[in-house]
Amino acid sequence: MRILYFAWVRQKVGIAEEVLSPPAEVRDVAGLVHWLSARSPGHAEAFAQPRQIRAAVNQEFAQPDSPVAANDEIAFFPPVTGG
Amino acid sequence: MPRISVQEAVFDLAAESAALSAGRDDIGGIASFVGICRADDGIAAMVLEHYPGMTEKALAAIAAEAERRWPLTGCTIIHRVGRLEPGAPIVLVLTASAHRSAALESCAFLIDWLKTGAPFWKREEFADGTSRWVEARAEDEAATSRW
Repeated sequence: MRILYFAWVRQKVGIAEEVLSPPAEVRDVAGLVHWLSARSPGHAEAFAQPRQIRAAVNQEFAQPDSPVAANDEIAFFPPVTGG
Repeated sequence: MPRISVQEAVFDLAAESAALSAGRDDIGGIASFVGICRADDGIAAMVLEHYPGMTEKALAAIAAEAERRWPLTGCTIIHRVGRLEPGAPIVLVLTASAHRSAALESCAFLIDWLKTGAPFWKREEFADGTSRWVEARAEDEAATSRW
C-alpha cells in the first residue's frame, strides 16, 4: 500500500510518502488512520484531529468508511484550498 | 475535449481564448475567469502544492460535469502551482458556447467547484520568512453547494 501525504499533513508526518503493509484488520480509511497514528509522534500529531483530514483512495476523494486494499494508493491531506 | 493544464508557467488569456474559437463559426461567446494572487495580510508570496495525477483527473471530472450540464463548445482550465507573488495570475477558466448564459453560468460553476473539488493547497509566505497554510473556507463550500 502506497501512502502519500500533502501540505501540513506531510510536514507533520515528516515524509511525503511511504510504502506499508498494514495488518488485515485495517479495512477502511478510518482503520488506516488509527493504525498510522501509532507509527510515530509525527503521524500521531498529523492525525490528532481526524476531522481536519481528507483522504483519497486511488486518486478519488474518499470517506472514513471507504475500503482500502493492499495495492491501493492512499493519500491524506487537509481540506483543499485551490482556485 | 476540455483543455486541462496544471503548470508553473504563466498562461496567456488572449491566446487561450483565441484557441477556443479558432476555425469555428458556432461560438456565440466565451466567458473567462482569471484568479489572481492578492496581498492579503501583507503576504510576500503564495506557494501552491497539488497532488500530481489526481489533480488532472479531478479537473477533467469537473469539466465533464460542466459539459454535461451546459451545451459547451469548448472549455479550458489552467491552474498554476509553485511560488506566486501578489498580482500573479493563479487560475484560468474559459467556457465557450453558442449563447452567453451557458458560457457565463458554466464558468462560475467551474471556478466554484475547482475551489473545493481539486487537490490544491495554498501556503502563504511572509516577508519575515514565516509561512502558514491557508485554511479551507466555509463560504467556498457554500458556493459549491449552490450548484
